[in-house]
Amino acid sequence: MKKLATLATSCALVASMVQAGPDEDQLIVNDEISMVTEVAAPAHMDAVDTIYSGWRFRSDETQAFQMDDFDNPGMIGVENAMVDWETADGSEGKSCADCHGAAEDMAGLRAVYPKWNDAMGKVTTLENEINNCRETRMGAKAWKYDGGDITDMVALLSYVSRGMPMSVAIDGPAQPTWELGKELYYSRTGQLELSCANCHEDNYGNMIRADHLSQGQINGFPVYRLKNTKLNSVHARFKGCVRDTRAETYKPGSPEFVALELYVASRGNGLSVEGPSVRN
Amino acid sequence: MASGVKPRVKVPKSASAGDIITIKTLISHKMESGQRKDGDGNIIPRSIINRFTADFNGQNVIDVAMEPAISTNPYFQFDATVPEAGEFTFTWYDDDGDVYETKKSIKIG
Amino acid sequence: MSLTRRELLAIGASAIAAASAGPAFAAADFIEGFTEGADVGEGGVTITAPEIAENGNTVPIGVEAAGAVAIAVYADGNPVPNVAVFKFGALNPNQSATTRIRLARSQNVVAVAQMADGSYTMAQAAVKVTIGGCGG
Repeated sequence: MKKLATLATSCALVASMVQAGPDEDQLIVNDEISMVTEVAAPAHMDAVDTIYSGWRFRSDETQAFQMDDFDNPGMIGVENAMVDWETADGSEGKSCADCHGAAEDMAGLRAVYPKWNDAMGKVTTLENEINNCRETRMGAKAWKYDGGDITDMVALLSYVSRGMPMSVAIDGPAQPTWELGKELYYSRTGQLELSCANCHEDNYGNMIRADHLSQGQINGFPVYRLKNTKLNSVHARFKGCVRDTRAETYKPGSPEFVALELYVASRGNGLSVEGPSVRN
Repeated sequence: MASGVKPRVKVPKSASAGDIITIKTLISHKMESGQRKDGDGNIIPRSIINRFTADFNGQNVIDVAMEPAISTNPYFQFDATVPEAGEFTFTWYDDDGDVYETKKSIKIG
Repeated sequence: MSLTRRELLAIGASAIAAASAGPAFAAADFIEGFTEGADVGEGGVTITAPEIAENGNTVPIGVEAAGAVAIAVYADGNPVPNVAVFKFGALNPNQSATTRIRLARSQNVVAVAQMADGSYTMAQAAVKVTIGGCGG
């Protein structure tokens, strides 16, 4: 009898653990692009053995939005950016396509950013590079760092890299920036005194009120959120998270958020580029 | 004209006569509900697409009366019978009087 | 089973008791407008909705009623219960459609089908709308 009771208890425990973690669903977009949503954690991570895409923590209904491009409203942003890609802007009369050719030729870029830029002597994000092009090559005004235009463009660059493994470099000249990002990830902020790690490393899979906490991976950005029905950039999401710890946040595009993006991206090395993804 | 409004539809390029096909439509639109307030506490006026229709060679497939409870970027999926080759016409009606229309032809074979 | 206007209102009253908050079951009056006072039966119409919606701003739903002329959808906990009325034309093979809707809070979503013979039938689905954890 006692054995039975123990068995029942352990079954219940297993059941609740299974329920608490990521689900077992497979993400194949358009019946074509097979996404890696679960893989062994990169060597630099001590506390986590396996990394999971945030897609695995969402309900079946939310997951379905991302399984077919027509059902994914984030594709509206990709289509907007396809027009911008071909449209000349600024004093030089150039479009993105004039220098770079087809957007598809940029495949792979999303997977390796943020990345060390020798000429600028710092780690840059895709947003930095887009604005660098606009200002120095096109003679156009920089886009707002987390505005709609630039987030659409990042979505296009993600779209052409979908399915490729995230692979940001953390050594060499990028290392000090990566170290800063790591320090920020583990630093508690705000009146709630929460670090990124408190939720996304210590408690992923658990519920934060009614929401199923993910690992906070950014391989799916930009993200179309059902909540605000638009594409959201990585830094806009960081800002939201930090604000919710009741802290003054760093600004989108700030050196601190660039460093944090490099570190968080490196925690997802091995997961597929998914952007534009769909989350709640 | 409301800005950034762009219809998208997904229709198979061909079918056999009498086939039932699945159609998906999505139009980028804010669907401002009239329930929200701006930073100063004033109601943001309602501005939605209030009707969507799909017709094939002049015969109706579906005609939807839409309220502010339809989400941003309105999406519909439904089936249609294709009796012959021809053209689908999809039409969205905006509160501001604008009408957005897109057509897709389908072959038999 | 068929419901009179009085019974529809009674359902509303129990919904209020269950929810113990929010406005009256406003959908009853709107359904009454759609059915022009006719009795409403059950069966022959289905509504598909998630039991738990991760965000109320974009909730996928589907309705189907083979042989229906039209299906009206109501969200009885929204400030305005009307959601949509689907009318089906000659080239509609199965009188079904899916869309994405806004739900202000946990509530019942109701589908009322007008059948070809002029009768009405309804179905409902309870949807729990979760508030995001941080919502960041």
